[in-house]
Amino acid sequence: MKYIDDFRDPATARALIARIRRDAGDAPVRLMEVCGTHTVAIARGGLRPLLTGAVTMLSGPGCPVCVTPDGYIDAAIALGMERGVLLASFGDMLRVPGKSSSLEKEKGKGLDIRVVYSPLDAVALAAATPDREVVFLGVGFETTAPAIGGSIKTASVRGVENFSVLSSVRTIPEAMGVLAADPDVRIEGFLCPAHVSVVIGTDAYLPVAERHRIPCVVAGFEPLDILMGISMLLRQRKEGVARVENEYSRVATSSGNRKAQELVREVFVPCDTGWRGIGVIPGSGLRIADAYAAFDAERKFGVPVLFAQEGTACRCGDVLKGKISPPECPLFGKACVPEEPYGPCMVSSEGSCAAYYKYGA
Amino acid sequence: MCLGVPAKILEVRDSAAVVELGGVRREISLMLIDDVSVGEWVIIHAGFAIEKLSEEAAEQTLALFREIADADEIH
Amino acid sequence: MHDKILLSHGEGGKRTRDLIAKVIARYFDNPVLSPFFDAGLLGRIDGEIAFTTDGYVVTPPFFPGGDIGRLAVCGTVNDLAVCGAKAVAISCGLILEEGLPMDTLERALAGMRDAAKEAGVTVACGDTKVVERGKGDGIFITTAGVGVSSGEWRPAPSRIRPGDKIVLTGTMGDHQVAVLIARQHLAIEAPVPSDVAPLGGLLLPLLPRFAGKVRFIRDPTRGGVGVTLNEMASAANARFELDEARLPVRESVRGVCEILGFDPLYLANEGKAVLIVAGDVAEEVIVALQGHPYGREAAIVGEVTEGATGVRMRTLAGGVRAVDYPVGDQLPRIC
Repeated sequence: MKYIDDFRDPATARALIARIRRDAGDAPVRLMEVCGTHTVAIARGGLRPLLTGAVTMLSGPGCPVCVTPDGYIDAAIALGMERGVLLASFGDMLRVPGKSSSLEKEKGKGLDIRVVYSPLDAVALAAATPDREVVFLGVGFETTAPAIGGSIKTASVRGVENFSVLSSVRTIPEAMGVLAADPDVRIEGFLCPAHVSVVIGTDAYLPVAERHRIPCVVAGFEPLDILMGISMLLRQRKEGVARVENEYSRVATSSGNRKAQELVREVFVPCDTGWRGIGVIPGSGLRIADAYAAFDAERKFGVPVLFAQEGTACRCGDVLKGKISPPECPLFGKACVPEEPYGPCMVSSEGSCAAYYKYGA
Repeated sequence: MCLGVPAKILEVRDSAAVVELGGVRREISLMLIDDVSVGEWVIIHAGFAIEKLSEEAAEQTLALFREIADADEIH
Repeated sequence: MHDKILLSHGEGGKRTRDLIAKVIARYFDNPVLSPFFDAGLLGRIDGEIAFTTDGYVVTPPFFPGGDIGRLAVCGTVNDLAVCGAKAVAISCGLILEEGLPMDTLERALAGMRDAAKEAGVTVACGDTKVVERGKGDGIFITTAGVGVSSGEWRPAPSRIRPGDKIVLTGTMGDHQVAVLIARQHLAIEAPVPSDVAPLGGLLLPLLPRFAGKVRFIRDPTRGGVGVTLNEMASAANARFELDEARLPVRESVRGVCEILGFDPLYLANEGKAVLIVAGDVAEEVIVALQGHPYGREAAIVGEVTEGATGVRMRTLAGGVRAVDYPVGDQLPRIC
């Protein structure tokens, strides 16, 4: 398939790995892949064993499902079970544990939840079922924010009043700043997300590179993109510089997608938001603007999504911050396994723990 | 959080387009981009085209990869 | 005849007899079934008997490449074939929902009839029940199958050893993608027909020819090749190593997987088999499979190696990853 297979060529992969090993130092270089999709791509590509000794990849908090507070799942369940709302969601959310249950478990008890590929499908669903309230579980980062915003705007223009969104949108650069500043984490380079960058522009990482003197490379999701991105980070480190570079030049640009950014500014407003396992990060969230309050499920149904700091044996937070690797969490593989996940890092297909467990060789 | 794939525009209908990837087709929204034409490549995510793919830039990246692969053979 | 199934069709009275005589019998016209005794009398059978059963609840009942009827016959025929048995007779247990269009029933029966003919198996007995509207998803079919083998070949996972090869008879994921697309809620168009097919003709000739060099055969249905290989590795206490570059996947199935974030290793197949064969006959087995219409894309996809029990895969990039049991069905994802 065009633009996919070309970026999976084994010979080039070998060459890039050789390059990485030549440029690495005596101790493994600590790089963080911010984005959960990178975590999974690295795991599925079997890349980690190829980098042993040269690079340690820390998995960051770019898993929107992992950082969504369990109060969100509880609010969604309440909407479905107590208010008879028809829920529509990306598949990623189904198995995430809330305080006591998950959407999938409640489905077994009669919760009406449909998996959709696009939030526009949820709008169509609402239009087709005018006697039901339809709530879309709008979870994601900047890649998905325009799509969620687009669905709200579409519903508004078409007058689909029985549609609303329970929003859980977060933004990446602020979280990167928190991690970069944390002395326990010691990040020597950021592998920046491909499609978040396509929307926000690669310039968005300049403050992180400049303030914290940490090299940043935006890389695509194919194995060659990732290996090239890692190689570029090691080269910057060797040169002693901290720039923002763009490996994903075929799609990402320095200023990003202006039209998408405008739509997001129209429908959302920045706010402080809690990240499960990390805490509240100022300015790291997007809530639905007052102009679109009628499509904000929290306001429409009066179900505030509560964020509470957890005090449990679960160390998802430290995994998300790259402080520990999944096997270092005491629950990993014992009390916490994909079939019975304790925390979101294990259940989300993007979660570091799930990736380690499923693909770790 | 970013599952997006490259697909080719087959048809444009106002604010929507039919795209194709490996023989598979889907209608996606063009709300987030301007001026697409049939034959162009876009990245699709959650039912939207989020950006165009530059074939020229893709070729440059692939050429760089080929150079790296060739250089490695010499070692 | 009515155009819909009514509750009275299941009550055992005249309506039931009419349904059987005027509808069902037209599709299964054979001397074993025709007397409609309480049991099908199969007569003496020479050889060892194998027995299997399966339930079929697929939604929607019709999809490109097949239907619930074809599935119901092929699934059972294939379970017997991978155990070295030729399917001789199957039962047809129907559970119909009140209100089911008669046309739907007839199309499913036609699917069964045609598949049974292709597989050379007799529908020897059956049963029909009707449940109230809302208590059954249209049509459910349960088939049990009796098969016969010479007894000279049996599945032998304990004989699997390092150096054996892993053979797949064709492309992965076709069936599950065909059904998913047919459900339409993802609004994707993909030219992928289900691969549902009876595999007796493909697999059984291999057994007298290669005998004990074919160690073990399974059909990778629910959970796909990934789950089946894990089960086989466990049964054999063996380590399997797959080669990602050699896995056969149709381009359109790959396209759907890329868009929705699926892994073709875990998608269901209904017309494929996984075989573990001795290394020295693997190429010959491939040639034999490729000579059959259902084996044209047969390929060696990996091998049995030394090491801890489990399934691993050499990735395109040259790395290694585990291929473990998945948790639940794959769902379309954005991440």
